[in-house]
Amino acid sequence: MKNLLNEFRANPKKAVVPAVVAAALILLAFLPGMTKPYTTIMLGSVIMYVILSLGWNMFSGATGYISLATAAFFGLGVYTSAILGDYMPLPLLMAVGGIAASVLAILIGVITLRLRGVYFTIFTLGVVKLLEVLILYLEIHLNGTRGRFVVSYSFTDVFYALYILLIVQLIAIVVIRRSRFGKALTCIAEGEDAAQHIGINSTRVKILCFAISSFAMGAAGAAMATRWSYIDPGIAFNANYSFLPVLMVIFGGAQSLLGPITGAAVFAYLQELLTTEFPYIYMLAMGIIMILAILFMPRGILGVVHDLVARARKRKEAGRDAHT
Amino acid sequence: MRILEGAGVTKSFGGRKAVDNVDFDVEKGEILGLIGPNGAGKTTLFNLISGSIPLDSGTITYEGTNISGLKPYSICHMGLGRTFQAATNFPDLTVCQNVRMGAVFGKKRIPEKKAEEITERVLEFVGLSDSADKSMKDITLACQKRVGVARAMATRPKLLMLDEMMAGLNHTEVGEAMELVTRIRDSGVTILMIEHIMKAIMSTCDRILVLHHGQKIAEGTPAEISADPTVIEVYLGE
Repeated sequence: MKNLLNEFRANPKKAVVPAVVAAALILLAFLPGMTKPYTTIMLGSVIMYVILSLGWNMFSGATGYISLATAAFFGLGVYTSAILGDYMPLPLLMAVGGIAASVLAILIGVITLRLRGVYFTIFTLGVVKLLEVLILYLEIHLNGTRGRFVVSYSFTDVFYALYILLIVQLIAIVVIRRSRFGKALTCIAEGEDAAQHIGINSTRVKILCFAISSFAMGAAGAAMATRWSYIDPGIAFNANYSFLPVLMVIFGGAQSLLGPITGAAVFAYLQELLTTEFPYIYMLAMGIIMILAILFMPRGILGVVHDLVARARKRKEAGRDAHT
Repeated sequence: MRILEGAGVTKSFGGRKAVDNVDFDVEKGEILGLIGPNGAGKTTLFNLISGSIPLDSGTITYEGTNISGLKPYSICHMGLGRTFQAATNFPDLTVCQNVRMGAVFGKKRIPEKKAEEITERVLEFVGLSDSADKSMKDITLACQKRVGVARAMATRPKLLMLDEMMAGLNHTEVGEAMELVTRIRDSGVTILMIEHIMKAIMSTCDRILVLHHGQKIAEGTPAEISADPTVIEVYLGE
């Protein structure tokens, strides 16, 4: 911590991103008391997407292995609340949901993280579908039902639960990035073969990173389920939870913390706006926005901002040169 | 004393024997050169030793321990370092950060301070202290290869394998690279190197091993190799 402060003092530019994130977080903490209930519900969903995107980027962004298992981790969290909701409080539900997700991640990792490239991606999507179908089968044959009612918490409670989860996740990301483990991840992203030959057990590092990053996804699922009151396998393991975080990170920009946060926030808000204002053309509009984003902002919103700042600085310098 | 020994080392790729029943040994403290035409199986042999790919048959022994079947990271932890043919450095890190990663994850876990000391010492040793904070894109190919060597050195190896460290370098740079290889050996590290530049091989190596179509066709001192009729026929030319 002290190191970090010294670093910021030495290079104030480095403090900009943490300061922006901290300011946004402080502002968020007071919003539920000051705005309409609808805003709190919507912001809850936005935070959920931010958590999923950050979690996805923590592993896939860092290692280059594209995972589509997000919905599997999220859905396990949802089912944790559905099954255990009556027996434990919300924070414990989230912890159990998170642990369930991490255990699944370790299983997937042990089986597939030796593979490279597209095989891993296909496998992870398969896991989502497998869990959905398997749980549906079990529910119908063992319980004679499709879905379940979930213990219900107020949307304000869920908002704060997700809010605290987000803060924990952000701290974890910063701590990991500065650790030996984070350095190993950097090496793997930069070149896995070379990383192995300087003494990094890349398979273990990848599995561990996958497990850590999926914890928040499971915990988020556990929290969201208590807001929905009824769930079934189709809702819990909706493949959109796998695809949207990927699109959000592309939309925001994969580099740094701010990319996934911006991408998820803007994207989730846009989605909310379009579904309520233009329910009939919402999917079409979202598709067009996404295509335009990929065509014209290949490095995401942050990439555009970065270019604009660089251009403005250049112009300023040119102006100064012209005067002298 | 032998530091590395291979017996009957064999590897096939789809029916083609890339390395065919090769026996070799590396003496502690020597510079052993590995030469042969393109596709002779030199880099495959390197990959087998460093654990990047598994052997089909045969054994590789390092300091008396059988290392065939071990993963690259364990082999690195045992004190066997390597570089790659294409300079496979970490492109988004600085020179110093590249070397630092070798120190952090190398032979055994060391405190952060110690890793920094080693990084500085190695950078100084290979003559990259002045470029420490440069990005990998801003340095010459010769320097990039030096970074690869430095990163491997930072893992504190007893045996260092260099894969075509001099390819693509100009005359002066080759001279400097040769001088570096000799200095590394003099610091107590045994060297196994693949090289195509004959002048470099002949003047720096203590012994040379020649591969052709995956088989060992000759082994001996530089003088013996340059006089060997088979080697002249398949590789050196008249």
